[in-house]
Amino acid sequence: MATITRPFRGVLRPGRSAGFWTYAALIAVLLGSLFPIYWSLVVASQSNDAIAKVPPVLTPGGHLFENIARVFDTTVFGKALLNSFIVSGSVTVSVVFFSTLAGFAFAKLRFRGRGGLLVAAIATTTVPHQLGIIPLYILMGELGWTGRIEAVIVPGLVTAFGVFFMTQYLTGAVPDELLEAGRMDGCTTLRLFWHVVLPAARPAAAVLGLFTFMQAWNDFFWPLVVLTPGNPTVQYALSALASGYTTDYTLVLTGTVIATVPIVVVFALLGRQIIGGIMSGAIKG
Amino acid sequence: MTSARTRPRRRWAYVLDVKGSPYIYIAPFFLLFGAVGLFPLLYTAYVSMTDWNLLETTREWVGLENYAELIGDAYFWNSLVNTVSIWLLSTVPQLLGALFIAHMLNRSLRARTFFRMGVLLPNVTSIVAVTIIFAQLFGRDFGMVNWLIGLAGLDPIDWQAGTLSSHIAISLIVIWRWTGYNALIYLAAMQAIPNHLYEAATIDGAGQATQFWKITIPMLRPTIIFTAVVSTIGGFQIIAEPLLFQSGTGNPTGGSDRQFQTVGLYLYEQGFGRYEFGYASAIAWTLCLIIVVMAVVNFSITRRIKSG
Repeated sequence: MATITRPFRGVLRPGRSAGFWTYAALIAVLLGSLFPIYWSLVVASQSNDAIAKVPPVLTPGGHLFENIARVFDTTVFGKALLNSFIVSGSVTVSVVFFSTLAGFAFAKLRFRGRGGLLVAAIATTTVPHQLGIIPLYILMGELGWTGRIEAVIVPGLVTAFGVFFMTQYLTGAVPDELLEAGRMDGCTTLRLFWHVVLPAARPAAAVLGLFTFMQAWNDFFWPLVVLTPGNPTVQYALSALASGYTTDYTLVLTGTVIATVPIVVVFALLGRQIIGGIMSGAIKG
Repeated sequence: MTSARTRPRRRWAYVLDVKGSPYIYIAPFFLLFGAVGLFPLLYTAYVSMTDWNLLETTREWVGLENYAELIGDAYFWNSLVNTVSIWLLSTVPQLLGALFIAHMLNRSLRARTFFRMGVLLPNVTSIVAVTIIFAQLFGRDFGMVNWLIGLAGLDPIDWQAGTLSSHIAISLIVIWRWTGYNALIYLAAMQAIPNHLYEAATIDGAGQATQFWKITIPMLRPTIIFTAVVSTIGGFQIIAEPLLFQSGTGNPTGGSDRQFQTVGLYLYEQGFGRYEFGYASAIAWTLCLIIVVMAVVNFSITRRIKSG
């Protein structure tokens, strides 16, 4: 609701307005945040010998597109990008849909065992992922999925965090009276979900979708374990590029630029919503 | 509910819909989660009690032998010490920095969306990309950090080779990625503090610093507990940063002398470098236990922050 769609309506505190030092400190923090990303862009746009220059080169050169072409020519980055889009896209759609479905049931329907099941779902968010990684690998082997992107997609199809997030949101966003009225008019639960809950869930679904996409895009460890260098995701391809025996740093940092750009673009366009999501989650959680 | 009794319309279908359909809505989550989340978790316990190597055909039940071996394993203790060291070096400055940044962001600012996005940007970039970039910046020969150190008239540092220096470099990656995120969480909590507390304090003559320590920090207690516990769970599982910080071969040893090998990385080395699934599973369960203990310890430490 208001916390997500309009996250920036904080209380104005006229007595505590920001002075010169506040701005100076924040700008310093900002420069620190931006610098490593900027620097990777600098190296990615230089020719190969620039990395060893003293003093270091600090301004972008004109070789960016040439280097990008070199990455696509010499590595499997094209395939890796495609894999990452497929994985992140399907995981996002699935997580958002199933989380909204389960969130609706937990938030608005009364059934036996509801409280216990919700607590069980939330408790699983605190379990370390690495705990199950070996059996999961064995399981993927049994299914014949080792080395294939199904092995990365299927374990990501639902998240406990998503269920928790949508439950929180739908509890407040859909008035009980509206659902009661729908029931009076003879709506089945499924129709209520489709015509009342889904439209109301859109703002939160967008935030959850963004989080999920970014997380899936940046996921590294599980793909590294279960995929192969010939059929990787972007993060895996990038790590393989960086750990080659003759490391070509321009190539590697061009790879980091390619792997980072889609996320930074999404962030630049929709960062407002992401921040709203983090901050509203913090208030409620 | 009453409508079902007063209206005679197809009662059984209605009852089935109201009482039964919720289970259908939550079923996909629990079925999938059971298969890819819960089952692996429990199965790890079984695998940890076997001598299971992927490259051998025999799988023997060995009971607690793997755990006994682990207790005498110097590499394991080394990795645990490294994990605790990196976790301390990254978490403490990270949370203090986040408090400071949140405090700045909580004033009435121009362009505040811009500043908020700026501090969060590191968090959305990938660990792989960031670690590669930082490994370059901390490079021995051409790294920018050593160049700056040289400008200050000091000798260059071989960041990867030293224990403390590699821990500092890895911690900086974690700090860079997570400080802004935690700052936004603190900021949200700060904005929920009722304004009249500050007004009353101002009337009583309390300065900004006093207000921060006597009002803001105590009011943030639940949030500080939350972030401390979450960063414990995350910090103890750190793998990607130490794995990728070691430039060159992608070795899971965490440096030539294992000087920055974490428990997670040791698990990876045993499980997927040597395919010792039984032993690696024992590491996984032990790590989980350590995380639970540390989370509880942190909970009780941060709980001592005075409320009010």
